[in-house]
Amino acid sequence: MSVVETKVPAGFVPVYTRPKSLSDKRFTYCPGCHHGIITRLVAEAIDELGIQERTVGVAPVGCAVFLYEFFRCDFAQAAHGRACAVATGIKRANPDLIVFTYQGDGDLAAIGTAETIHAANRGENITVIFVNNQIYGMTGGEMAPTTLPGMRTVTTPEGRDVRTTGYPLRISEMLAQLDGPTYITRQAVFDVRHVQMARKAILKAFRNQLEGKGFSLVEVVAACPTNLRIPPAEGNRWVKEQALKYFPLGDLKVRD
Amino acid sequence: MKVLLRGNEAMAEAAIRAGCRCYFCYPITPQGELVEYMARHLPRHGGVFLQAESEVAAINMVYGAAAAGVRTMTSSSSPGISLKMEGISYLAGARLPAVIVNVMRAGPGLGNIAPAQGDYFQATKGGGHGDYRLIVLAPSTVQEAAELVMLAFDLSDRYRVPAMILADGMLGQMMEPVELPEPIPPGRIPPKPWALTGAKDRAPNVVSSFDLDPYRFREILRALWAVYREIERNEVRWEEYATEDAELVLVAYGTMGRICRTVVRRARKEGLRVGLFRPISLWPFPYAPLRRLAERVPVLLTVELSAGQMWEDVRLAVEGRAKTPFYGELGGVVPTPEEILSEVKKHVRG
Ligand SMILES: Cc1ncc(C[n+]2csc(CCOP(=O)(O)OP(=O)(O)O)c2C)c(N)n1
Ligand code: SF4
Ligand SMILES: [Mg+2]
Repeated sequence: MSVVETKVPAGFVPVYTRPKSLSDKRFTYCPGCHHGIITRLVAEAIDELGIQERTVGVAPVGCAVFLYEFFRCDFAQAAHGRACAVATGIKRANPDLIVFTYQGDGDLAAIGTAETIHAANRGENITVIFVNNQIYGMTGGEMAPTTLPGMRTVTTPEGRDVRTTGYPLRISEMLAQLDGPTYITRQAVFDVRHVQMARKAILKAFRNQLEGKGFSLVEVVAACPTNLRIPPAEGNRWVKEQALKYFPLGDLKVRD
Repeated sequence: MKVLLRGNEAMAEAAIRAGCRCYFCYPITPQGELVEYMARHLPRHGGVFLQAESEVAAINMVYGAAAAGVRTMTSSSSPGISLKMEGISYLAGARLPAVIVNVMRAGPGLGNIAPAQGDYFQATKGGGHGDYRLIVLAPSTVQEAAELVMLAFDLSDRYRVPAMILADGMLGQMMEPVELPEPIPPGRIPPKPWALTGAKDRAPNVVSSFDLDPYRFREILRALWAVYREIERNEVRWEEYATEDAELVLVAYGTMGRICRTVVRRARKEGLRVGLFRPISLWPFPYAPLRRLAERVPVLLTVELSAGQMWEDVRLAVEGRAKTPFYGELGGVVPTPEEILSEVKKHVRG
């Protein structure tokens, strides 16, 4: 894998540098993919809290499967959907560690629904980053439970028909109904303001764990331009104009 | 000092004495007493007891705890073990030590809760996907169950290969006096420099079973299979009973091995030269000792609580050197010593 080299020309001062908790591996995400922004935000939060040396990540199966190569942290690669159970095992075995999962919508809201709901309901003291791009990115753009009505995917070539395939699953709203979780929020990264808000939410989700407050989940409504078959730059507009209709932003549960 | 315990309880206590500090479960008969025992006793030893939402979740919690470097166990019975197979394959691929107890019941499907041995293939030939093996140990008494649980933790740590205890409903439920093994001093558990403990003053550790590059992955699996070959050389375990002059040797494991021991005693009383060969490690299977036996014993009668699963390994070991008839029962029916003896008499003359 190639190494990213940042050459600073003479007389320039770098203000936007690579987070310390990221390795020098180049991300494997496509151009315009929101995973890249979200992965970076997680690294920034780890840096800001100074917890890199005690953080253990759990990588999903999905486009973020190589997360363990991107971070300078200990990492476990979990089976598809099982990240919250794996994180539970790590955290229970060693509560001094800061444990986070990073999962896609197929991973967290389809095959891993049970593991997610029960980890949340137990109030596991872990941090969950949930990247909802309304599609199965890695396997080539199949319908996810979060796919929007009418949205074309390779398994809904005529558009998602809610009569036969159901509606976009709002799992964050479901989790917010439970007594177990501490913090459930939905964010996005389609413009600078929202990136800053998402950054704060991710920071809070990690800080909650540091303070022993229990289960925190940050859903980030994201774009997969590759499988939407739109130019990379169009992803932001897709989220803002289409996805947010079904996935409104904001805190769904905050227990302080 | 001996204490009276059920097989399930003895395995639980042995796990605690082996230093198991994270146990994840989902209830199922006939291993309920193991779960209950852990719920009562493990927290008192500073351990984590967690009832998961499913066997799938439980085995993945085991994956997490094992990755964190802690001795960890899960237990279940046949249908639950099927659900654990995905996680077991991941444990094997990621080289994580863990102990899985299967107190077998009759299948396929929901089957029933009577003792059976129909999960032999699943335990010894893979079960989950991919090129892997588990260390599989089959106790035939409550005492041996306790000892093999301790051994399973040690072997699993030493080789970084998950280990399974293959018991059955009869052994799980049965009460016997047990001399419990001494607790392992924490210092005897080998250090785990690969564990996920936080990347402080060292490069990050990664626990993974994933490599997209076939050539690299081939090397990983070759290294894994070199470990398996080492296990095959070092860890074959079996018991022979009255085989010296035998004309027929019963080959049976677990509960069936125990019943066949009674059969041997009765046969001997009637003047029949019958012995017993009891595999203790089902993987690695005792092929070589069984082959040696087949050089001098004309009949090796395999007896199982299944339609004949270990029987395939017996025939692989014997390779035509002796006759290899089979006698088995299905559906949770356990044959009596008399029934087995009359089967024996079809093959030996008094
Ligand atoms: C048990 C299992 N089933 C299916 C797959 C194939 N698979 C790999 S990634 C994936 C979906 C990923 O989608 P998502 O979680 O939304 O992540 P994204 O790639 O969109 O970030 C699937 C179905 C698998 N690896 N394991
Ligand atoms: S396929 Fe989609 S989700 Fe995956 S990296 Fe490319 S843009 Fe991102
Ligand atoms: Mg997705």
